[in-house]
Amino acid sequence: MRKLHLIALCIAMVAMLAACGGEAEKKDQEADVKTGEVAAQPLILGVAGAHSGDLASYGLPSVNAAKLVAKKINAAGGVNGAMVEVVAQDDQCKPELATNAATKMVSEEIKIVLGHICSGATKAALPIYNESGIVVMSPSATNPPLTQSGDYPNFFRTIAPDDAQASLEVNFAKKLGLKKIAIIHDKGDYGKGFASFCKTFIEQEDGIESVLFEGVTPGAVDYSAVVQKIKSSGADAVIFGGYHPEASKIVTGMRKKGLELPFLSDDGVKDDTFIKVAGKYAEGVYATGPMDFSANPLYAEAVAAHKAEYNSDPGPFFTEAYAAALALLKAVEHAGSTDYAKVTEALRTQYVDTSVGKIKFDAKGDAEGVGFSVYQVRDGKYVEVK
Amino acid sequence: MEYFLELLFGGLTRGSIYALIALGYTMVYGIIELINFAHGEIYMIGAFTGLIVAGLLTMLGFPGYSILAIALICAVIWAAAYGYTIEKVAYKPLRGAPRLSPLISAIGMSIFLQNYVMLAQTSDFLPFPELVPEFEFMKGMGSMLSSSELVIVLATVSVCLGLTLFIKYTKLGKAMRATAQNRKMAMLVGINVDMVISATFIIGSSLAAVGGVLIASHIGQINYFIGFIAGIKAFTAAVLGGIGSIPGAMLGALVLGLTEAFATGYVSSDYEDVFAFALLVLILIFRPSGIMGKEKIQKV
Repeated sequence: MRKLHLIALCIAMVAMLAACGGEAEKKDQEADVKTGEVAAQPLILGVAGAHSGDLASYGLPSVNAAKLVAKKINAAGGVNGAMVEVVAQDDQCKPELATNAATKMVSEEIKIVLGHICSGATKAALPIYNESGIVVMSPSATNPPLTQSGDYPNFFRTIAPDDAQASLEVNFAKKLGLKKIAIIHDKGDYGKGFASFCKTFIEQEDGIESVLFEGVTPGAVDYSAVVQKIKSSGADAVIFGGYHPEASKIVTGMRKKGLELPFLSDDGVKDDTFIKVAGKYAEGVYATGPMDFSANPLYAEAVAAHKAEYNSDPGPFFTEAYAAALALLKAVEHAGSTDYAKVTEALRTQYVDTSVGKIKFDAKGDAEGVGFSVYQVRDGKYVEVK
Repeated sequence: MEYFLELLFGGLTRGSIYALIALGYTMVYGIIELINFAHGEIYMIGAFTGLIVAGLLTMLGFPGYSILAIALICAVIWAAAYGYTIEKVAYKPLRGAPRLSPLISAIGMSIFLQNYVMLAQTSDFLPFPELVPEFEFMKGMGSMLSSSELVIVLATVSVCLGLTLFIKYTKLGKAMRATAQNRKMAMLVGINVDMVISATFIIGSSLAAVGGVLIASHIGQINYFIGFIAGIKAFTAAVLGGIGSIPGAMLGALVLGLTEAFATGYVSSDYEDVFAFALLVLILIFRPSGIMGKEKIQKV
């Protein structure tokens, strides 16, 4: 009997929660509909992402960014005369809620959406947007297949995908005229992930091959055996995926053994500690790292606007979201309407000044000119290689 | 063939590094049957002392060789002082306690020392200057064996020889062997067992400090955590060779170093540790007390 009570109690609890959830959502919907009715013929910019829950700190900055951009554009007369209005939909970074959010956007006939924040949620929502011809631009979903699979021609992003660093690295190696690459990694998620992407890209390219793919144990007393292996592999360059302590040990070991091959590495090595520790052996080492857009006037303007409006520093992905909102609204302006074909065409062909630089989007939807740059150690400092 | 020789020398260097640390483990175990987990930290402290002294001397403008010599001597003295103090503070009060108690105390000491150095120095990696100058006669050999590797191998060989002679022929050496065989009996015949144990810690720590300075200078970087992995590997080497046996530790270290080098060279460095520990398991299956360990009858 006691067990039965317990079960009944559980069911009651679950049912109650479900009922509450339903009511809350209904209210949301009503509120959204009301705001939609306020102005005549406004241009609605949907913003979807995690606005509550554990990951809200990643999603809320994009709402702020969208509002600031809307305010700026409205102050200048709107988009082709239409005032911009921001409508937010919460998905908590959960795929099942993301599909709800997308369905709502569709039913409210929103044509441009800034979002979603997390790659998983974005992936779940994209087919719904795609069917209804809604243009989606994420400031933060970095999962490579979102654009590269070609399944979602309606999807764009203002952040570089996870494999952008590796692709830049391989292209750069090709530009240097390197043919045989030894790929070394530290067996970690980041280092090995980067190294695997490099390997895949090298295999796809002609005229360049990977002659070695090996992991080293971080913290081992020395790497002389690996250095000898690199030497005997006949490689003409080394790509290393991992962090600076191992990188400096390997570079030092290579140079001491008289192995003067170019050494290319990643963001984990683009750290001044690397130069400090490897000293003279660091000279000439290449490392990719995020682009520096702090000199961009629009970036400074966006941050200043955020401080003035919300009296705080912007959160993560704010810059990317600001750029995405600008790019979307400018594309609508260029297209003259929210027509799907015209807007995507404008995104792919028209350069637009944003807080992450002057960008346009490639055929797959990734922003060109966003992401990583190659740096080289010259006279004890990382200098961008142009 | 050249590749083989390169790997061989790389393995020898690595084995020598392990040997310098493994000797400390095995000596302490031989005498008080304690695995001194803080030994790797002594190695790290030796390296840090070497770095500080070398930095100071370079600033004062001392010539190359004298920096190496003085840094080594200071590191040895400082590390020996640490070894002595650790024994007095953490192990001596537990001499009569069950064997697990000093073991836990050793682990605690290891964690304490790591964090102490992290707070007192830095948690960052620090560059370590090359203290071993490039020898003229080694110029053409650079790809096979560099000067610092040569110095490491030679230092290990001479330390091992010296230690063997010391244990065999000096009075203190004899007292050590006596204490290792039977501590109570040694006390009965008038050996100052406490002094012998202290001496063991001092010698073991000195060797680790020599290793610390030479290796840090060879790889060019240190941080507070280097003692951990080096210590684990050296401990493995000591067990491989038969813990408690001094020639066993040297042999075990060489076998381990060479296995790792050849596993990396001919298979993949992904499996470096797999080979090293598979070898350990194999040897322990056939010789449970290590390559040169003596079979002891344990009374249960």
